[in-house]
Amino acid sequence: MNEDSYLFDPANWDWSAGQSIPQRLLEHLQFTAVALVIAAVIAIPIGLLIGHTNRGAFLAINIGNAGRSLPTFGLLALIVTLVGLGQLPLILALVVLAVPPMLTTTYAGLRAVDPAAVDSARGMGMRPWQVLLKAEVPIALPLIISGVRSAALQVVATATVAAYVGLGGLGRLLVDGLSLNQYDRVVAGAVLVALLAIVIDLIGGVVQRLVVSPGVSGRTTTRRILRSRIATPEKAGAA
Amino acid sequence: MIDYLRNNSDLVLRAFSEHVALALIPVLIGVVVSLPLGYLAVRRAWLYQPIVTVSGVLYSIPSLALFVMLPVVIGTKVLSPLNIIVALAVYTVALLVRAVADALRSVDRSVTQAATAMGYRPLRRLVGVELPIALPVMLAGLRVATVANISLVSVGAIIGVGGLGALFTRGLQLRFAEPIVVGIVLSVLLAALCDTLIVLAQRYLTPWARFGGRT
Repeated sequence: MNEDSYLFDPANWDWSAGQSIPQRLLEHLQFTAVALVIAAVIAIPIGLLIGHTNRGAFLAINIGNAGRSLPTFGLLALIVTLVGLGQLPLILALVVLAVPPMLTTTYAGLRAVDPAAVDSARGMGMRPWQVLLKAEVPIALPLIISGVRSAALQVVATATVAAYVGLGGLGRLLVDGLSLNQYDRVVAGAVLVALLAIVIDLIGGVVQRLVVSPGVSGRTTTRRILRSRIATPEKAGAA
Repeated sequence: MIDYLRNNSDLVLRAFSEHVALALIPVLIGVVVSLPLGYLAVRRAWLYQPIVTVSGVLYSIPSLALFVMLPVVIGTKVLSPLNIIVALAVYTVALLVRAVADALRSVDRSVTQAATAMGYRPLRRLVGVELPIALPVMLAGLRVATVANISLVSVGAIIGVGGLGALFTRGLQLRFAEPIVVGIVLSVLLAALCDTLIVLAQRYLTPWARFGGRT
């Protein structure tokens, strides 16, 4: 049995079968999406609040550091041993691991906003929440999205490891293959998980380019600015 | 928990020392490989985008997937610690190349030009001027890479070589939380220790920063 036989066996790609590759992929995506959404709902508002008011910065930075130094496998093992098997505790673990990077980068993104921009927004008469939503968030958006991207990678990787403690998803291919000594299954799982992570990261990159306003990313090229300055002087001011 | 430590001290000690080796050797390899690569990415500007893109792709591969793919790619045995070391070295290089390249790029051109005007040759300029200025950003990347490595080593326990991860698998098998807690605490302490050491090294190596000097 060579390494590709599991990956290219058409029986494993059957949608209706319970343990097929598409089912595993779907499970993996579901866990990842649920954990990311919950973590974003928790981390981003708190990060925005701490960044905007600059109170509690200690919390944001240290939660970020603590979250990064926690061994992910250890956290999963602890939760399973204390609470038992099941999807809820595992999703809880994924959320706990996804919150720190999102919180820290949201806070860092807001801190990196040019104070002059915030000042001029206030000078224009915007109320604090308007300043936050209309001035600070759009400028901080690249960093916030990059935080979500790195949290997504963290969750995909941890969900893979979580298969060892009973969660489904593509990690099951890896873990089952290891215990059954079916090395082709292991390689199939590894390749698919790697591809999934790469694709999710690429999608995140595309989202980042699409959502961030061109004025912030500086994507209007010098050529375009020069040309517009020559052709229509008043447009140059708005570029 | 202290009882567990006392009764199983040889297991814990073995796991801990294996963990230290598996985490720190890749960091050393990563530093040695990423410095010339990062320098190259800055000197040959057309290399920057490809190197950064490849690093990004490599870094996004989940650790367990890389651990099991490496035996196929480079022909080691699955249970060999070399897998873990090579995989973590790949992650470290992927992270550090970006940090080194960005750090070197952020050095003010007027400073490097002044050094050249004073008669510094390129190598001496790199070592004497550019690297010290770029050090804070590079050390920040080193801190992230080291802490991440320490966390990732325990994932290797799933394929049998995992340092403190052995405590996690043991706790899972015996349905016993104590070894897991011991493993987590030791792992976090090791990460905090390495982080502090790097911060201290940074303070020692960049004395001008302490007096409010701009790097």
